[in-house]
This record gives sequence, structure tokens and C-alpha cells, in this order.
Amino acid sequence: MRRAKKKVSRLKPANQPTSKPANLVFSRPKSMCDVEMHYCAGCGHSIVHRLVCEAVDEFGIRDRVIGIAPVGCAVIAYDYWDFDVTEAAHGRTPAVATGIKRMLPDNIVFTYQGDGDLAAIGTAEIIHAANRGENITVIFVNNGVYGMTGGQMAPTTLAGQKTATTMAGRTLKNDGYPIKILDMLSVLPGAKYLERVSVHSSQEVLRAKKAITKAFKTQIDNKGFSMVEILSMCPTYWGMTSVQSAERIKNEVSIFYPIGVIKSY
Amino acid sequence: MAKKVLMCGNDACGEGAIIAGCKFYAGYPITPQNELTAYMAKRMGETGGVFIQAESELAAINMVFGAAVTGARAMTSSSSPGISLKQEGISYLVGCELPAVIVNMQRGGPGLGNIAPAQGDYFQAVKGGGHGDYKMIVLAPASAQELMDHASMAFDLADKYTNPVMILGDGLLGQMMEPVQVRTTNDPASFAIGGAGERQMTNKPWALTGCKGRKPRFIRSLLLGEGELEEHNKKLQEKFGDIKKTEVRYETFNIKDSNIVLVAYGSVARTAKASMEAAREKGLKAGLIRPITLWPFPSETINEAASRAKKFLVVEMSAGQMVEDVMLAVNGKAEVDFYGRMGGGIPTEEEILAKIEGLV
Repeated sequence: MRRAKKKVSRLKPANQPTSKPANLVFSRPKSMCDVEMHYCAGCGHSIVHRLVCEAVDEFGIRDRVIGIAPVGCAVIAYDYWDFDVTEAAHGRTPAVATGIKRMLPDNIVFTYQGDGDLAAIGTAEIIHAANRGENITVIFVNNGVYGMTGGQMAPTTLAGQKTATTMAGRTLKNDGYPIKILDMLSVLPGAKYLERVSVHSSQEVLRAKKAITKAFKTQIDNKGFSMVEILSMCPTYWGMTSVQSAERIKNEVSIFYPIGVIKSY
Repeated sequence: MAKKVLMCGNDACGEGAIIAGCKFYAGYPITPQNELTAYMAKRMGETGGVFIQAESELAAINMVFGAAVTGARAMTSSSSPGISLKQEGISYLVGCELPAVIVNMQRGGPGLGNIAPAQGDYFQAVKGGGHGDYKMIVLAPASAQELMDHASMAFDLADKYTNPVMILGDGLLGQMMEPVQVRTTNDPASFAIGGAGERQMTNKPWALTGCKGRKPRFIRSLLLGEGELEEHNKKLQEKFGDIKKTEVRYETFNIKDSNIVLVAYGSVARTAKASMEAAREKGLKAGLIRPITLWPFPSETINEAASRAKKFLVVEMSAGQMVEDVMLAVNGKAEVDFYGRMGGGIPTEEEILAKIEGLV
């Protein structure tokens, strides 16, 4: 995890020569802005942002991709993505994506949403966008808390997990069960490609990259709705170090939310 | 050749949108505007546009937001309870400076209310039902013909100011069948801005279309930098100021020599006009001001009329909402009285006439 984070924060210096030196093995994706990110140390968002940009670069779709930034920690994602981006009201992201994609079917449209945005306030929009088989890609970052507002319980918060609104830990009696959105969506014929990945280790980051690429490919090939859920770290509101957070995903979060392909066309 | 056909107001409104080049419609069923949704489903299919029956009014307005982001002419419609749900989206449209047309065929409230005509959403429409300091042009048609023409106009105004425009009708206007002169796309009568000519629909240098051959564009209302949001608000207020200067629309009848001036909008304005004429026949000097734009409001015209007339009578299908704007416009120069019916009650010609007779 630490290594992956380091990669992201070490952005290409502005004066870097454009010709590729023989020993250059890693650089900033073209569709990613050369700016410092606001994310906390050990947060997974920066990694996911980068993976999206890498996929955009690989398909050569920067000039026709349109992103929709969420409400939450990634609310200013447009400061980091060097392509067309709009905002959306909290949870309405898939509805906005629907409007854009229907008017511009040849463009590549993706939403970037957190677990509060997608799994709480935006459940109606995500279910119906998937059910209509909207040919869009959804990047769903699941870190089990509301980060931007101060670490409150999310629908995906694990049982017993302490948050700002579940000080003694999430109780199933009062707070209900953690929600597995991908599994719910898997029964919908309109949802074509669904995979859950994680970014807690470099190995998992590579797997996440593959899944995100496959999701964009699904849209490029006009196959229909594609979504990747990414288990991600929030050391700040988990009250842990970056290393402990990565360990938590490995030992706890990914046990409840198993990594793997849930549905593929 | 333009033809005259018998249409209900909801259908006429839909055709007005088609005439103006509306390419996207999303809606959710609610009475008394269902004919409009069905009409758009049919006509979008015929004209190569997109129709989506959304999962909710929230989704519908946000789909419209998405279509507007691409520069397409987009519309949604609903009735009172559904319009409440759309307030979030309207605030975002204004904040992001996106054009869109929203139709409200008002029904009785509050709450689920009933499905009879009402004008209880005036405050919500003209004062800003959503959050933040914002305004939008609110058009108040009074016939099926105006529903068609206002719908066309609304798209031009929305594009001109990159701001949502609302058409505030009611269940009576939406359902009533009337003869309508169907316009053609470039018919001068269907224009809000300038006269005839090609309807300008494509020049949108802010739209997101993919950044091919240009720098990336961002559409957002989130402005976190020091002072940024205040600057944005100042820019919006300047725009609203321009709208106030140039887009006030109204009709007046017999106000030059009136002792009493009626003020009414929408379907009620037609009843009020009949009462005004009946009063004239009885020798009472009554006049009428019909605001066509509820925002911007014809305050100056009302204020001028208050220099001559001693009394004003505001008639609404509400407990009294527009009457507050009339009082502000009159500014103490004349007496302002009110007659209203609520919860689907419709003021009759006789009721209004009796009120006039009681006042003069």
C-alpha cells in the first residue's frame, strides 16, 4: 500500500524532459493534472484517480471521456483529471451520467462515487441506471465511512465498526446491515460487468487496474452498464496508520466484501 | 403552413418544446400533467430526441442536468409535489449556469393535496424553492396557445441566460382543450428574443462534449477558494439584474381610467378579465394587469397604475402569494385587497365581480 501511495504522490516535475529517458519506468498519466492532491496520507482515492487516468490513456479516449465528480472526499476530482468533468448533486451522479450518455452516445461517460453517494442517498439512481442498462461506467470507492463530513457511518460500514455516529460500533439492531450493492445489482439483466477489487497492496492495485480497464472496455464495446467497486483505505477515520488500514482491508473488509468478478458478460 | 388544431394545454406545451428543438425529456408520472409526459414520449420518438421515464422526479431533473451539460435543449415537467422534489436540481442548474425548462402544472396542496388546479406554488417558483440565492424566469401562460409559445420561448430564454426557466401552469390549463395555431420552428411568434431567423441552438462554448481540440471544461457550482463563491454569486446577481431589466412581460386592460385594478395570472386572469368586463358593463371603472412573467415581476407597471387607481384587487387560486409582490410594487400608494380560493377551488366570474362591487 505504502509503495502505491508513494507512486501517486510523486508527480512528474514540470521541467521533466519530454523525450523519454532510457531509465524512465513510471510517469504521470497524460490525462492526470500535474498538481498536488488534497487527500490524506494513506487514502485510496489518489490511487483510484490514477488508475482511471491510466485506463483513459490506454484507450486513447481522453478527448471524448466525460467524468462526473461526486459529493464527498472526491468532490474536486476535476482538479486532478485533465478532461471534461461535471459535478452532480449527492447521489444523483448516475442520473446525470444518463443524461450525458444519451445525448452523446459516442462519448465515454463515467461516474466516480463514494459509498455514501452511491449506497445511501443515490441507491435509486444507481439501481435504475443499471437496470436500464445505461452504457456507462461506475467507479465506486468503498471505504466504509463518510470522509468529507467527518467519518460518519456509511451503509457499507462493517458491523461493530466505530464511526462518528456509531461511537460504540455499528449495531445491526439500530443501524442495519452493511450493504453489498454489487451483489444486489448482479440480479439485474442490464448490469453487464461487475467486479470488486481493492487497492490495499500493489498486487491488488494491479488487479484493480485490470478491472477498471475492463469496465471501460465494456462501455467502449457498447455492452452496457459496468461498475467496479474498489475497497479503499481511510486511515483518518478508521483511526489507524496507513499500514494498519491496508491490513484491515486484507484481514477484515475483504472478508465481508469478497474481491472478485461478480458478473461478466 | 401553420395549422390550427384542437389540443389540450399539456400537449400544446410539449409541441412548443419540440418546435424549439428540445432533444431531451425526462419525467415521472403525476396528475394533472400526464398528457405532457405521454406526448413527449411520442414526439421524442418521432423527432429523434431522447425520452426517459425516470425512477423519480429527482432522477428526472438530474437527467435533464446531464443533458444540459452536453448543450442539448432539455426539459422536464411535473406537478406541485413532484416540483418540490426537483428543487435540488433547479438550484444546481442555476449554480452551474445550465439552461433547462421545467414545467409545473400546479395542483392543490400542501402535501399530497388533490389533483385540482391551484396556484399555491407561486412562492416556490419566484422566490426560489431550492437553496441558495437564485432566481429563474417564471412564465405564466393563460391558454393552450400560450403554453405552446411560452414553451418555445422558454428554451430561448434559458439558453440566452444559461439559467433554468419555469413554466408555471395549473391543472386547468394543462387539461383544457383549446384551438391552437401550431407554429413552425422559425415562426417569429415562437421566439422570445428578436424576431424571425434561425433558432440558435448549437453555440454553447461551455458544453461538455469531450476535450478534443480544446482545453478540458468543468461544470460546477462548488467554489471553495477564498472569495470565489461570493464572486460567482455577484456574477449571478448581475445576470438576474439584466433579466429584470429586459425580460418583464405583462398585459394590461383598461388601466388608464380605472378606479380599481385587478391583478391575476394564468387561468384565473381569464376569469378576472371576464369579471372586469362585466364590471365595466355595470359602469364600474375596472382594469386588469396580467403578469406574464412572474419573475421578473411587472412591479413598475403596477406602481405606475397605483398612481391613478385607488384600489387593487389581486385574485389567485391560493391563500395569497402574488399579492405580496403587488403590495411591494404598490408601495403604499393604493389599497391592495385580495380574493383567493384554495385547495383546488376556482374563483368564479360572479365571485370576483361581487368582490369588485364590494370594493368600489
